[in-house]
Amino acid sequence: MRDEAKAFHFCLSCTLTLVVLASLIAASFAYLSLGLERLLSVAAVADMGQFIVSFFPPDVSLGFLQRVAYGAVETLAISAVGTLLAMMFGVILALPASGRYGRALRAAVRFVLNLLRSIPELVWATLMVLAAGLGPFAGTLALGMHTSGVLGRLFAEALENTPVEPSEALRQSGATRAVAFMYGTLPGVLPQFVAYALYRWEMNIRMAAILGFVGAGGLGQLLYYELSLLHQTQVCSVIIAMLLLTLAVDLLSATVRKGLGRAYG
Amino acid sequence: MLLSATAIHPRDPDARRRATALVIAIIVLWPLLVVAQFNPAILFDAKNLAAMAAFLRGFVPPEMSAEFLGHVVRATVETLAIATTGITLAFVVAVPLALAVTRSLSVSRIGPGPGYWRGTAVRAGVRMLLTILRGLPELVWALVFVRVLGLGPAAAVLALAITYGGMLGKVYAEILESTDTTPARALLESGSRRGAALLYGLLPNAAPEIVSYTVYRWECAIRASVMMGFVGAGGLGQLMDQAMKLLHGGEAATILIVFLLLVQLADAISARLRKQLA
Repeated sequence: MRDEAKAFHFCLSCTLTLVVLASLIAASFAYLSLGLERLLSVAAVADMGQFIVSFFPPDVSLGFLQRVAYGAVETLAISAVGTLLAMMFGVILALPASGRYGRALRAAVRFVLNLLRSIPELVWATLMVLAAGLGPFAGTLALGMHTSGVLGRLFAEALENTPVEPSEALRQSGATRAVAFMYGTLPGVLPQFVAYALYRWEMNIRMAAILGFVGAGGLGQLLYYELSLLHQTQVCSVIIAMLLLTLAVDLLSATVRKGLGRAYG
Repeated sequence: MLLSATAIHPRDPDARRRATALVIAIIVLWPLLVVAQFNPAILFDAKNLAAMAAFLRGFVPPEMSAEFLGHVVRATVETLAIATTGITLAFVVAVPLALAVTRSLSVSRIGPGPGYWRGTAVRAGVRMLLTILRGLPELVWALVFVRVLGLGPAAAVLALAITYGGMLGKVYAEILESTDTTPARALLESGSRRGAALLYGLLPNAAPEIVSYTVYRWECAIRASVMMGFVGAGGLGQLMDQAMKLLHGGEAATILIVFLLLVQLADAISARLRKQLA
């Protein structure tokens, strides 16, 4: 009897949640008044069909393909250099954030890391375009800023969780702090650092492809430029290049992960 | 300090390998730095510094006039509505595709019979469609849709429906295949329809995970819909983009603060919802 009452009560709260959710969804559709139904009229479908057809065939002239290839290389360079910068600053910030220079500094640096991480890459990119001008360097800095926050926090946690005995032993046998860190602590955490950095690099390649929309170089800038000039066939080539790039990264990381699976559990 | 290290170990046994690795790293890195136009000096260029400083000085105090706050509130509600409608449409896109690729619901796989190759081909095709749907970031779709539908939230909602539809579809299928599939198989083998096998065989085990993933994606959709504002697809992002292009530091500061609060709030709501529904 009591169990039945409990079950009934539980379902009441479930139902309430569902009703609230459904009404919020309905309210959202009503608020936006998207007029998506106008997309379903015959004329709109015909327009849309014509629009899609205008993108084909993609521009595969040698000159343009060269520009696309350079855009892809630029995207890769932005993501790689950005991630490396972030790895460097991540380690520098993780040392105080792991509490080795006192509690006050730990809290202060953790606040900075949170701030770096909470501001999205695209916002950083808009800021960096102001600070460094249009071009790939702004994108590199933007990725570096956001990723420093992410990696700094992950690195700090790795440093806090690593055993202290090896570096303690070195310290007690007379090594300086720096040497104790290099030979006692770093070898233990380095594989984790590298794994985190590779994981973020994978995400950053995808991000670098779109940071160009605010002028930060790479494939995104090319796409934005061609779309502004209404060069549909060129846009199509760039989009295909982006798709291939992301698919290649996905495939590569899946393969690498499978290979590393045994070593990294 | 490093000097003292060499004093302790006059011959580092690993020195040669380390030096080689360093040289190779520099050779690989150099072209990357050139392509990325890496030039920290530009940050300290007087003109850039002055522009940045003026903009950042504007951040304090944040803009707090009632009129501007009204805009911000409206944009925030719009962002939430975009994320919610986007996820709803993505769900509508994802469910049929996920059911089509779920192997544990396939009748033709059970035994020798007609339709095995057709079933396999359909699943492979739909799987490819899912990959393409989620292959492009939502920002790219939003940029293209803004050209077609004009500035405003419709572009963002459609972009979310496509990209998140692909993601949800793939993950739903994975969840349905990775739970205990024996009940569904037993039902199918004893002749039940696939709908019944899904409802009574798979969903009881898989539903909590599916709900929890969908709510998590809603949280991501909020962040994504702010980002899509930067290409003109409405909401908080569009307001932030305008404030930054016009160098209104105070407005940018207010919007950033609201954005950070919104993300925190979504995080809390999603944690609660997941607890309640799962």
